Amino acid sequence: MGKTIAEKILSVKSGQDAKANDIVVADLDFVMGQDGTSPLAIKAFREMLAKKVFNPEKIAMVIDHSAPSPLQGVSELHHQMREFAREQGIHLYDIGDGVCHQLLPEQGHVAPGDLVIGADSHTCTYGAINVFSTGVGSTDLAAGLISGKLWFKVPETFKFVLNGKLPHGVFSKDLILYLIGDVTADGATYMAAEYTGEAIRDLSVEARFTISNMAIEMGAKCGLMEADDKVIEWVKQHTDKPFEPVKADPDAVYAKVKEYDVSNLEPQVARPHTVDNVCPVREVAGTSIQQGVIGTCTNGRMEDLRIAAKILKGRKIDKNTRLVVAPASRQVMLQAIKEGILEIFVEAGAAVVTPGCGPCVGTHNGVPSDGENVISTANRNFKGRMGNNKAFIYLASPATVAASVLTGKITDPREFL
Amino acid sequence: MDLRGRAHKFGDDVNTDYIISGRYKFKTLDMKELAKHVMEDLDPDFYSKITPGDFIVAGKNFGCGSSREQAPLAIINAGISAVVAKSFARIFYRNCINTGLPVIECDTDQINPGDELSIDLEKGVLYNLTKGIELKITPLPKVMLKILSDGGLVEHFKKYGTFKFD
Ligand code: SF4
Repeated sequence: MGKTIAEKILSVKSGQDAKANDIVVADLDFVMGQDGTSPLAIKAFREMLAKKVFNPEKIAMVIDHSAPSPLQGVSELHHQMREFAREQGIHLYDIGDGVCHQLLPEQGHVAPGDLVIGADSHTCTYGAINVFSTGVGSTDLAAGLISGKLWFKVPETFKFVLNGKLPHGVFSKDLILYLIGDVTADGATYMAAEYTGEAIRDLSVEARFTISNMAIEMGAKCGLMEADDKVIEWVKQHTDKPFEPVKADPDAVYAKVKEYDVSNLEPQVARPHTVDNVCPVREVAGTSIQQGVIGTCTNGRMEDLRIAAKILKGRKIDKNTRLVVAPASRQVMLQAIKEGILEIFVEAGAAVVTPGCGPCVGTHNGVPSDGENVISTANRNFKGRMGNNKAFIYLASPATVAASVLTGKITDPREFL
Repeated sequence: MDLRGRAHKFGDDVNTDYIISGRYKFKTLDMKELAKHVMEDLDPDFYSKITPGDFIVAGKNFGCGSSREQAPLAIINAGISAVVAKSFARIFYRNCINTGLPVIECDTDQINPGDELSIDLEKGVLYNLTKGIELKITPLPKVMLKILSDGGLVEHFKKYGTFKFD
């Protein structure tokens, strides 16, 4: 009987013949924590009476969620991370370096076939480059820091076959929102998602990250894709690490398979307050918008900024609307400066903030006020997500957000493309 | 492990932002303080209604959302002895086991707000004492029972220095 990508990676890393629903203890290739989860992990590390991490080269801590620190309490937590990183000799990414999920692939820490944990739910992002990466909590992170291992229940796999070509003005963000709306927020709970088909192959690696990033929003443990030539070339540009891509066997056993034809897909929007509350943009077009957000680990990459800039170039955002732009990393920001893209944003009326999570999780950088509507390229629109439970968050592609801040109401981006 | 208390009921898809809002979790590691805000966006007075030992009872996909371990820790520190739901989101589920909070899957339609419950984890039964019925619960795998019975993953590592399941 053949194996899925998830079963294969967990077999290699555990040294066992791992099949769905087995429980294995497996070796980790990389371990990551961010500033919302690392302090608790450091506390657990000490309580576990540990002295040394298993391998400092394979560990990074990233200060991105509340960076630069907006509060004294947060500053203390950041201080603990910096001290721990110094003491243990692990990688530390400090304020302004970027969002953890941008940095791990960009800085070459992860490569196809790897097994990776991160104490952040969107760690599933690297599935786009064939990495079995999954989010864990702080105590799992501490156990991983100490032992370089973790226990896993081998997930069953939900395979999404995406046929056809995405129409003009429709992006990978629209596709993943559509899929989440279709299978719902718990449609793939406890499972690995595998995304395959022509529509995936046509996407750039950057656009694929957006899809794997949101696998968790359908409950999945990881969002895996095969490593085709595009991925291999991309990874080689980012790392010298040796790697071995993993393919699913032709006779692999799937818990579920769903096929889609994406040729007629329209731009999509997730309405408040759940990510699976999805509809075509035309159904909510005209809804007034007070704040737009472009950035986050979902859509803060170069390709995203280029698309938004194309729409905003030479125009001004609506006078009743604000726009916050947070590039996903320092590298992305530098490139955007070189290409004149930041100039376009600033001239259009945007507030460009530090590379990192930006206003995504409500700790800083643009908390909406009561009753306001926000349209964001992020991955979550839960009530209170951006720091105010009386605000309303719509999720969309960078193109839709850019078009919407120009008109001050939710707008189909194809009008500007 | 025998658990006993009253049921506090919630619906489907209770996410981690509802369990403990991001606006508190980044401010402090003091779990007693965080516990006061548990489920606040769904029920502002929830904390004051809890008698130690009580249960949170919910629908499907409890704990979806972020990986914040502050969520189970806030629940534990509020005096809740277990969460009973139709199903759980997986990171939350792991975090509960690792922090020592029992998570129980069963048909929660058979439980009303305020019902008196008792749970026998080894036997895999939940008794609804108010209704006089027994509910079957999905048994926990050995690995999870071992971590729970050690008192969570911290205690497990303190004892063995690594993962030890045989
Ligand atoms: S950008 Fe948002 S979703 Fe991504 S890691 Fe940061 S807070 Fe989480």
